[in-house]
Formats: sequence, C-alpha cells, structure tokens
Amino acid sequence: MSALQKMMGWIDDRFPLTATYKAHLSEYYAPKNFNFWYFFGSLALLVLVLQIVTGIFLTMNYKPDAALAFASVEYIMRDVEWGWLIRYMHSTGASMFFVVVYLHMFRGLMYGSYRKPRELIWIFGVLIYLALMAEAFLGYLLPWGQMSFWGAQVIVNLFAAVPFIGEDLSIWIRGDYVISDATLNRFFAFHVIALPLVLIALVAVHLVALHEVGSNNPDGIEIKKKKDPNTGIPLDGIPFHPYYTVKDIVGVVVFLMVFSAIVFFAPEMGGYFLEANNFIPADPLKTPPHIAPLWYFTPFYAILRAVPPMFGSQFPGVVAMGLSIVLLFFLPWLDRAKVKSIRYRGSIYKIMLALFIVSFVGLGYLGLLPATPIATLFARIFSVVYFLFFLLMPWYTSIDKTKPEPERVTG
Amino acid sequence: MKRLKKFLLLLTAAPVVAFAAEAGIHLDTAPVNLADQESLQRGARVFVNNCLNCHAAASMRYIRMQDIGLSEEQIKDNLLFAAEKPGETMTVGMKAADGKAWFGATPPDLSVIARSRSADWLYTYLRGFYRDDTRPSGWNNTVFDKVGMPHVLWSLQGEQVPRFKTVDGHEVIDRLELVKPGTMTPAEYDAMVGDLVNYLVWMGEPAQLTRKRTGLAVLAFLAIFFIPAYYLKKEYWKDVH
Repeated sequence: MSALQKMMGWIDDRFPLTATYKAHLSEYYAPKNFNFWYFFGSLALLVLVLQIVTGIFLTMNYKPDAALAFASVEYIMRDVEWGWLIRYMHSTGASMFFVVVYLHMFRGLMYGSYRKPRELIWIFGVLIYLALMAEAFLGYLLPWGQMSFWGAQVIVNLFAAVPFIGEDLSIWIRGDYVISDATLNRFFAFHVIALPLVLIALVAVHLVALHEVGSNNPDGIEIKKKKDPNTGIPLDGIPFHPYYTVKDIVGVVVFLMVFSAIVFFAPEMGGYFLEANNFIPADPLKTPPHIAPLWYFTPFYAILRAVPPMFGSQFPGVVAMGLSIVLLFFLPWLDRAKVKSIRYRGSIYKIMLALFIVSFVGLGYLGLLPATPIATLFARIFSVVYFLFFLLMPWYTSIDKTKPEPERVTG
Repeated sequence: MKRLKKFLLLLTAAPVVAFAAEAGIHLDTAPVNLADQESLQRGARVFVNNCLNCHAAASMRYIRMQDIGLSEEQIKDNLLFAAEKPGETMTVGMKAADGKAWFGATPPDLSVIARSRSADWLYTYLRGFYRDDTRPSGWNNTVFDKVGMPHVLWSLQGEQVPRFKTVDGHEVIDRLELVKPGTMTPAEYDAMVGDLVNYLVWMGEPAQLTRKRTGLAVLAFLAIFFIPAYYLKKEYWKDVH
C-alpha cells in the first residue's frame, strides 16, 4: 500500500472523502445525451465562484459609507493594482450570472426538468433565482451612483405600496426616510455576508437534490429505468467525471472568451451592464429623468408598470410582479403533460412556450423604455400572455397531443 | 420691447429645447484617439489651465499622466499648479458651497465625466456656448439649456449668437453664428476642444489602454487553450455512444 493510499484510508476512516468523490463525480451517472443547453448549470457555478472571489477582493478597498463609496470605487479602478479588472469582472459577472441562469431555466422549461421527481430541484432553483435577484439589487446600491440611489429608492418604495403597513415597512427596510448611509451599510452587510451564505446553501441543496434523483436529459426520460443487470449502472449513463468534466472545460473556455470580450473590450456593454448615469455620484436632490432597472429586472419592472393603479394604490402592480415570480414555484404541478421533453410534446405547448419567451423578452425590452401609451399597451399584452402561460397550463398540457417517448435516450 | 419678445420666444422654446436635450439633440462626433499621446498631452494642459480651477478631478492623480508619455519632471514643472506633489489628486481650492452660490450649481467633479456624458456630448457642449442676455452669466448652451457654467473659453472661441428656425410653430436654434472672433480660428478652437475631450475620455478610465492590451493576451491564451481542451474532450468521448 502506497503512502497516498494509506493517507486516503486514514481520511476515509474519519471523513467520507472517497465516498463523496464517487457519489458526486466519478460514479455519478449522468445521461450521455446532454446537449448545448446543459453547459449553463456548471457555468452558473463558475460565475458564482467568480463573484465570490472578486467580491472578496473588492471589499478590501470598497468603503460602505455614503460620503466615500463612490470615490472608493474609482480608487479601485485607478489606484488598486488590477483593481479595474476585479471590478469589471464583478460587474460583468453580475449580468452574466443572469444570462446563464436564464438559459439554465429555459433549458428546464424545454425538457421538463421541473417535473416529478425533480420538483424540489426546481423549487430550490427558483429560490436561488430569488436570492440572486436580491443579491444583485443590494449590490447595485454599493457604487452609490445616481442609478444605484434612485433604483433603490424606486424598489424600496414598492414596499411602501403595501396597504396599512407599507410606509413603516419601507422605513424599516431603509433605516431612514430616504435611501441614506444607513441603507448603504445594511445593504452592504446583506450583499457581502447574508445573501452569499443563503446562495451557497441553496446551491448545495440544489445539487444534493439533483444527485439524489439524477439528471434529466433532452429526451425527458428516466435513465435509471434501464440499468445494466450486473453493475446496476444506467445503460445510458456515463460517469460525470471524466466525461462531463472534460466537456464542461470546453464550455468554460468558450464562456470565458465571451466573458473576457466584455470585461476587456466593452465593460459597460453599451450601458446595459454599467449605466452612464451611475458614473454620477448619488444626489438625493436630483431625480434622473428616466430611471430604469438593470436589464435582468426589466421584465418584472414592465409587468409592474403594466398594471394600472387601483383605488389610488400601486399595490396591484406590486402584487402582479410578485405573482409573476411566485407562479414559477407551482410549475411542477401546473404541467399535466404525459411527457417531459419538448421533443415529444404537441404543438400547443411549443406555441405557448414560444409566446412565453417572446413575451418575457418583449417585457424585458419594454422595461428599459420610458412608459409611453403604446409601450404600456404592449406591456399589458405581454403580461397577460406571461400569466396565461402558467394559468392555462393545466388545461393546454392535458389536451395537447404528445408523441410516444423512446425507450432509450436518442442522439 | 424687442428684448421682451425675444425672451418670450425663448421661454416658449425652452421646453422644446429641454426635451430635445433629453431625447438626443444632434451631437458632433468627437475626434477621440487615445493612441495619440501628443493630443492627450495638449488636452491635459488645456484641462489643468482652464478647467481645474472650479472643477476637480478628485480621483485622478497628477502622476498618472506618466501613462500619456509625460515624465515626472514635466508634470511637476508644467502641470502642478494646484498641488504640491505629483502623487496628489486633482482637487481645487474652491468650496462646493461657494460654487453653488456663484454658479447656481456646484461645478461637478470631472474624473469620470466622459463616462456619464459621452465624448460627443462634451465635444458639442464645449463648442455650443452662445450669447444669451437672459442668463445670469450671459451665456447659454445648445446641448445644456440654462447651464450654470459661463463660457470659460470665450476669449479663444469668440462670441456666438443663435440663429433660429421655426419647427412645428416653435422657434428652435438652427445654428450658431460667430459674430465676434476669438484669438483662435474656429478650426484651431475645434482642435483644442478635441484634444481636451480626448484627455477627458482617457482620464475617465486611465487603465483603458492597459485593459485592451491585456484583453488581447487573455483572448489569445483562451483561443490556444481551447485546442487541447477540445481534443481532450473528443478523446474521452470516443468510447461513448
């Protein structure tokens, strides 16, 4: 027995190192037919790590103080060695996190990855998405630019629309009557400690649940139903390591090329990743003419604006916005189709999914624009389609003509 | 009476101009070229001589101008008026409250002005001052209506007055006419403003040239790394299917 084996034996007697490695990597059997859409899960994990590491280095020089925050970001950009790179990686990472997460969620919608037995994986995933939105919102206040300030002002004011307790609630959140130093400090605490802990914990349970039931695949069939009688290994399964680790490395390299192209050549991304107005220090006395949230929030912002105020209150819009996210949790039980994957679904679901994507992207676009009558009209149409995709799902998925699923995975 | 009429006309035009300023008034293209170190150096001199009296650039250190080809000695001898040491940042003595009292608004810090306003906006703005007796300073601006800043460079550019045209029943500024020449010709003035804007763009992010150079190296590395990564995957996946 070599020294290394001895050492591993010593550890394994005290900690399940080999067993964990096997369970999650070398003997975790994933379907062999993963396609392009299956890169985004591991990429989301990569971006999470990038955000945590760059975030740690940013906190070394960032000052969560209303009088110093804006200048401290410029200090990082100019006087900290490679500070500009760390900052741009973090700001680009925030947007790219949403890019990969949206593509990851779209994959789930296409192949029915939220269906039984993966309901909890999906619910943990939606919780990750919620935590990510909170994390992004909190972090966007920290540069203390005009958009940081007024964006936070608008969003916190949404809580003020809650009947009876709204006003007190919003003051409780801000710690002041307006967004102020107190707000900046608490947002900083939540952004660098509380939410990252929640995110990491949720990602961990998301993966534990995934590895418990096994991965779905583009055919939406269970590979565990067809096992080799001798080994008990799924016939269509291959060990995650080395097959998917080497494959994901290729995905990571391509992703990093896109990521680097943005970081090094277009860090502002035409004003979508870093807004021009956020290079003006926060000024509580000067409201910018047009306040738009960052692109990843605009679909929900458009839904908020699409709902007209009722009884002199914006609360219905806030409820609609909240509902548009809450509905995601119920997806596993709204879908009544006999098959999971879009490959074997009928044309109704395909049309509904297409309409849903058009509406979501359309809402995202409209959320960037000032609310004109024609934009509001389209936002209302898209919002209705968005909700109907979920609310009519039990009906249209049960009448949709599906094709028979194959016995074994294809392609 | 004539002046009152003009004032009333301007008053009716004001919302239109203000709207136009928001909704993208025509901007001239700034001749930005960060590879042109001489232009950046000329722009730095214009900036230090003319802007850095009321406007600070508190994130910018004098010594950083080494990046645009100036030596520490040159910086000390030619550009260090408002500071003692080249390691200091570009601050000004004028108090924010005084600025507000004198100009109606505190002159903004210019460290990242080229990032909040675009280069084209700055280039058009600095050439767009015109005589306007209704303003306290006697000056107004085509892209920034009712701006508090007087035309600091007027002795160089000269004095422009607006010529109006009627659009949808409203009088709007058609063009500016130079009625009193300055010490520079219009071409010389434009070139000087071009240098200044070039400098402001560079100052907005002094690391940007390093950033692009580093980016090329990173992308080249990734492109090369892609090849073994791709063939490694291909080799492993031979036995699948």
